[in-house]
Amino acid sequence: MEVLRNKAQDLLAQGQAQIVIGYEAGTGGIRRPSFARTAADTARLVWDADCISNLAGYLTRPEIKRMGKTAIVANASTLRALLQLTAERQLAEDAVLALAVAEDGTVTELATAQAVTDHVAALPDALSAADREQMNLLASMSREERWVYWEKELQRCIKCYACRSSCPMCYCGTCTMDCNKPQWVPVPSHALGNLEYHTVRAMHLAGRCVECGECGRACPVGIPIHLLTCFAEESVHQQFGQKAGASAKLDYALGTFRPDDKESFIR
Amino acid sequence: MAERNIYLPYLMRIAKITDEAPAVKTFRLEFINPEEAANFEFHTGQFGMYTAFGEGESTFCIASSPTRKGYIECTFRAVGRVTSALATKEEGDVIGFRGPCGNLFPLEQWRGRNLLFIAGGIALPPLRSVIWNCLDQRDWFEKITVVYGARSVADLVYKHELQDWEARPDIDLVVTVDPGGETADWKGKVGFVPHVVEQLAPPSENTVAIVCGPPVMIRFTLPLLEKLGFTPDSVYTTLENRMKCGHGKCGRCNTGTSFICKDGPVYTLAQLRELPAEY
Amino acid sequence: MTTILKISAESLEALFAALGDSGRRILGPTETDGRVDLGEVQTPAQVADAHLQLTLSAKEAVFPRVERLLSYKTMPGKVELNDAEPDIQPTVLFGLRPCEASGFGSLDSVFNWDSRDKFFNARVEQMTVVGLSCTQADDACFCTSVGGGPGSTKGSDLLLTPLADGHYLVEILTAKGEEIQALAPHLFQPAVNEDKEALLAKLEPHFDREALTAKLPGLFTSELWAEQSLRCVGCGACAFVCPTCACFDIQEEADTKEGQRLRCWDSCGLRQFTLHASGHNPRSAQAERWRQRIYHKFSYFPQRFGEAMCVGCGKCTRACPVDMNLKEHLTQACGT
Ligand SMILES: Cc1cc2nc3c(=O)[nH]c(=O)nc-3n(C[C@H](O)[C@H](O)[C@H](O)COP(=O)(O)OP(=O)(O)OC[C@H]3O[C@@H](n4cnc5c(N)ncnc54)[C@H](O)[C@@H]3O)c2cc1C
Ligand code: SF4
Ligand code: SF4
Ligand code: SF4
Ligand code: SF4
Repeated sequence: MEVLRNKAQDLLAQGQAQIVIGYEAGTGGIRRPSFARTAADTARLVWDADCISNLAGYLTRPEIKRMGKTAIVANASTLRALLQLTAERQLAEDAVLALAVAEDGTVTELATAQAVTDHVAALPDALSAADREQMNLLASMSREERWVYWEKELQRCIKCYACRSSCPMCYCGTCTMDCNKPQWVPVPSHALGNLEYHTVRAMHLAGRCVECGECGRACPVGIPIHLLTCFAEESVHQQFGQKAGASAKLDYALGTFRPDDKESFIR
Repeated sequence: MAERNIYLPYLMRIAKITDEAPAVKTFRLEFINPEEAANFEFHTGQFGMYTAFGEGESTFCIASSPTRKGYIECTFRAVGRVTSALATKEEGDVIGFRGPCGNLFPLEQWRGRNLLFIAGGIALPPLRSVIWNCLDQRDWFEKITVVYGARSVADLVYKHELQDWEARPDIDLVVTVDPGGETADWKGKVGFVPHVVEQLAPPSENTVAIVCGPPVMIRFTLPLLEKLGFTPDSVYTTLENRMKCGHGKCGRCNTGTSFICKDGPVYTLAQLRELPAEY
Repeated sequence: MTTILKISAESLEALFAALGDSGRRILGPTETDGRVDLGEVQTPAQVADAHLQLTLSAKEAVFPRVERLLSYKTMPGKVELNDAEPDIQPTVLFGLRPCEASGFGSLDSVFNWDSRDKFFNARVEQMTVVGLSCTQADDACFCTSVGGGPGSTKGSDLLLTPLADGHYLVEILTAKGEEIQALAPHLFQPAVNEDKEALLAKLEPHFDREALTAKLPGLFTSELWAEQSLRCVGCGACAFVCPTCACFDIQEEADTKEGQRLRCWDSCGLRQFTLHASGHNPRSAQAERWRQRIYHKFSYFPQRFGEAMCVGCGKCTRACPVDMNLKEHLTQACGT
């Protein structure tokens, strides 16, 4: 931890970063996002196995961008999202300095997209074992069973949009959900409003979701909504062979035409 | 015991539609239920929530004067979902109206004073209500002056009424269009509203100024009025914030402690100074 | 005047039966997968016992997340408008925490301060609140800082406090509470020398709410709000779980022949909340939206209604995806 704090202090002191985004201890000891802009702030930074949230969502915030060069304490999810945001041109290449912390506390600076890409390539699968199990369970269900499962889960949704707001890839200034001309998706959190919201969101994340599970963790009523976006992501992976968050140079699978695409309807 | 549903609109028939300017229309609305018509009262400065059935509600001031009975009028610009739907309505169609909402222009307090109205763009409607109200009670007031500006000649609203006011001896009207907005036969002034007010240099003594317009116009006009000697409590304006209920409940129109839907939309400059500029 | 009695666990079960027989629906905290919802129950055994708080809040019982305000049919040149009547039945809200129970007072201020909201009132009229004192509190709780407490009677018609011997102390606080007692008076016993205070959770106040309210007007332009809100992602979770947040949106749902107008929860934390059609937004930055949340609850509302629009339940803190701990932020503001 000291290594990380010292590193953050050095970066701020030498002007290599104006802000370091990391984790600090929150209510009841849980880990929450932290923003260090002074040497004193860096004392709050912590790093351990509980630092699981994806911090990359902050990188596209105007408030953060305005502060100058950003360094970010990055777990695997954050790194993947960083690459995907770069691929989607939401971040300039090499705009962010990623700090990868190893189990023994050593800090590696990943200053370029290439360095991040190489680092990520060596990391294990994004989904936790429990989530993988749940995904497999869903995959083994019949369509009808899956429908029942999601109907039951989604009926609890209060449309607080914590899932959308927490998702690093949900960066759009005006979300489709907020368009009212036409009103694509009903606003109220009734059965149709919820179903349309989540299917549209999952479709918009197909080929873009980095499988960090942040939306599911954010949900105040415990809907494992990340399983839906992860499903959409993985079916794009299977069909088009590319994985979101693997590289800073990735064309959007669903918006790209290639002569060797296997669909025949488009030719 | 059964309480009234405060969200239920009156049904109104569109008696007349006037095309004012590009995308700007005036509706004259009449109550379908005569009982509701008989019981309806409002004051100048108040507003209402207008329903395009199928699309929702939108907030407009009541642009007609309470002295004109039997109908209300509203003037609106088609900008979004509801206003665009309203713009497709025809004479005879039915729309909804909830109101009146909000506070009022305190005409009683203005008795015996000069009135200076300054309006820009689509913000003439709230002032049109009060101007007609004052003209219909002309002996209450001393000199009445109106400065009205729009981006271009085409954007001027209430063109016929402007001609009427022009012809009346008991009201001074100055109409201006932004530089570049004039037509070949334009006889009015050319220049931004604050600039025209500066040239006009209206005396502030015993005068109330009522200012409505886009934020830029307001921003430049208010300091000017102060320079001319207007005190903050003799300058009035109206605020617009997004609102849904019109009853101080839905929570979004507040600026500080003040609900624009209940404590506004009419404010003096002195009152605004006490509130955060969240509008 | 408050009557203080006692009821045994067995008698409580009998009281549930009596409530059911009287045609009342009983809603109480029920637990599924670690969540605690307000669910229909018939016996005390179905009520979750180890929980601290509902995941959402009891405001749902009087201010549902989606509610129809009116409906209509459209025909050429004609509209047929129909008032909506909320579908309600006599309901007992059983086992609400004192903080939740006192939240109804704030809601009442919003829904009835000027014109009266018939939907809210119709539900409140049919509702009886049986509160349950807290014997434990967590890191997010701060009721004692905002004028409440683990044994506060505010908002309850009847308040239960668990006694060491498995009985409950019963405080009968209102006419509605008396009605419940009158359903089965024999179930209640006299309570002698019970020390309620000693049974309650201990929670020291963290800040002085009145001092905070006095201070806030001077802090409006402080950097504090931008600093605190950096972490906030701008969602509706805190407002939606809050027992006192009452903001709503009105939405139209229609086809070419008929339609309805619905009211649904909304939040000042969402960017869309105040956005004008022109694109102008009076609260365009998250810092301003976070400030609105704090100021509405601890400055504007107290100025208008004399008390904070917060009961210190800590639900917002628990629901927040990024742990925006309200108690901590308010304590910080007090010290600024
Ligand atoms: C007190 C008051 C008086 C007004 N008087 C007039 C008037 O006389 N003439 C006129 O043309 N306009 C007036 N407006 C502005 C008008 O309400 C908006 O332009 C209109 O509501 C846009 O609605 P929409 O559904 O077409 O737009 P959308 O963008 O589809 O609206 C979405 C939602 O935002 C609300 N909204 C959007 N912009 C505004 C805004 N500026 N103010 C309030 N609510 C908004 C709408 O009611 C709707 O709920 C007034 C606003 C207020 C608050
Ligand atoms: S976070 Fe949960 S409750 Fe909120 S909108 Fe997403 S799925 Fe619905
Ligand atoms: S603001 Fe938070 S602590 Fe206060 S009443 Fe609402 S949810 Fe509870
Ligand atoms: S805090 Fe925000 S959401 Fe809650 S009642 Fe106040 S304005 Fe509404
Ligand atoms: S404080 Fe938390 S719950 Fe509330 S808007 Fe911000 S991120 Fe969402």
